[in-house]
Amino acid sequence: MQNQTKGIWKVITASSVGTMIEWYDFYIFGMLAKTISTQFFPEGNPTAALLSTLAIFAAGFIVRPFGALVFGRLGDLIGRKYTFLLTLILMGGSTFLIGLVPGYKSIGIAAPVLVLLLRLIQGLALGGEYGGAATYVAEHAPPGKRGYYTSWIQTTATLGLFTALAVIMLVKLNMPDADFNAEWGGWRYPFWISILLVIISIYIRLKMKESPMFSRLKMEGKTSTNPLKESFRHKGNFKMVLLALFGAVMGQGVIWYTGQFYAQNFLETKCNIEFEQSRTIMLWAIAFATPFFLFFGWLSDKIGRKWIMMLGMLLGILTYRPIFNTFLKDTDANEWIKQGTSNNGYITQAKPIASADSFKITEIQYDFTDGKKFIEVLKYNPGINKGIPDGQSVIEFKNKHLSSDVYWKFVALIFLLILYVTMVYGPIAAFLVELFPTKIRYTSMSLPYHIGNGVFGGLVPFIGLLLTTAYPKDPLVGLWYPISVAALCFIIGTIYLNNKIDKEVND
Amino acid sequence: MNSLKKYLGIIWLLLAPVIFYFLVAGAIQNIDSAGKKDINNPVIWIIIISIFTPIAIGLMIFGWYALKGEYDYLPDSSKEIED
Repeated sequence: MQNQTKGIWKVITASSVGTMIEWYDFYIFGMLAKTISTQFFPEGNPTAALLSTLAIFAAGFIVRPFGALVFGRLGDLIGRKYTFLLTLILMGGSTFLIGLVPGYKSIGIAAPVLVLLLRLIQGLALGGEYGGAATYVAEHAPPGKRGYYTSWIQTTATLGLFTALAVIMLVKLNMPDADFNAEWGGWRYPFWISILLVIISIYIRLKMKESPMFSRLKMEGKTSTNPLKESFRHKGNFKMVLLALFGAVMGQGVIWYTGQFYAQNFLETKCNIEFEQSRTIMLWAIAFATPFFLFFGWLSDKIGRKWIMMLGMLLGILTYRPIFNTFLKDTDANEWIKQGTSNNGYITQAKPIASADSFKITEIQYDFTDGKKFIEVLKYNPGINKGIPDGQSVIEFKNKHLSSDVYWKFVALIFLLILYVTMVYGPIAAFLVELFPTKIRYTSMSLPYHIGNGVFGGLVPFIGLLLTTAYPKDPLVGLWYPISVAALCFIIGTIYLNNKIDKEVND
Repeated sequence: MNSLKKYLGIIWLLLAPVIFYFLVAGAIQNIDSAGKKDINNPVIWIIIISIFTPIAIGLMIFGWYALKGEYDYLPDSSKEIED
């Protein structure tokens, strides 16, 4: 019994560490999108450069479903162990190589082409990794503990994000911005660090054995000969793939990306909170919320998977707009100035700190007694600044530093958003594993998972940006996309899914 | 409950073309070669429409299955899925 327990923890560790590293690899690219766009795309038009990067970012997500098909098929044909070993090598290799590609200034158009290719390989590898890891752990787990054991795999995406945030922050805080953003600067370190993590993980995974259920099928000659055909051309299985996608994973994907990525982006670009505070808010919230993946995985073994996931979606639908509205209200600098004359946090100083005569830009730093501060940027166009109409001026605010009480309030609100993520994401691996037969499990569960997360979830920031451009008067308009998708999924899941826990996945 | 599942199947069947229509209409309305915003860029719309079209078709098939009563009973074991 003790050996069995020890064995399952080795399986969980080997699977989780590798998957966590893959998420880390995947996230650092997105988080460094601004720097990468400057390095790899033609200078002169920063918007086009940023969009190109976003397109590559989206491409990374869009190829994930193809990775799910390619590696899912392989995993059902040759086995789980070697397939998710291969995805790890591909992911680690391409991440390391992105860190070695010279910038556009040095090799011209070859730079963005190489980066795009490597990013596509990353997407393919990620598409194959998760299904393998979740299947591998679930096929080792005893009945009644499948939700809890697979929830360890579910923590890896968030821990990968945590590690990526922490590594980038550590590197950035230890060097001047110019050094970080240089062609061979600090932004490349997180890519290089990846290779060390991957080597360790490959070593651990090489020592693992094949899943017992898959080995037995293979010995009996009962493995699938054509997993793609059996998964998607067999009505009995295909209807379950559709149910998994529209009744669970689609909503889970948007809740996940809104809670972790849209929220982070919102704090940085809409609320204009300074880099260090916006990152540490995320880090604290993730640290507090991560254990709840395990809690909800465990709970799903007791009360079933369905209602936990549905509740997470419902809470997101009902509270997203009020929560994000609070972020906006509490970081309204005009309101800070108004309150500053009457409340405790009055202004202690407002001094000009920089000015650029050619564009008539003046920066004024505001400091408040309660710790709040921000920089007000006044831009006046005497006729040469293209962004502003002639003779007019605009006021922008940047580097907002929150007072301690507002800072912790934001940590609590982001924690809440990530708690919803733990509710929808904690039980979902066990839910998907139990839905499909062993011989086509890797293929069948990988596709809906990566369409739900890669396409529906991955496009949350991008579609949010499109909606904000179309309806610029409403800063919260981007939330309607995740709210609508989650609402549709909630209705389908509530009506069509059942709450049964499959006792026997050995079939 | 099974009747509700079937009736809702009609909604899922109809929802898919509606989503497709709004995507194409959005693209026609916003694509502008002189525009500099993301929403004016045809490449972005092509990517989004080509991703969501097969998903919308999947939603139609889901609706069709629901209408036909395929989800009235969910299988208890993998054997039932394979049969």
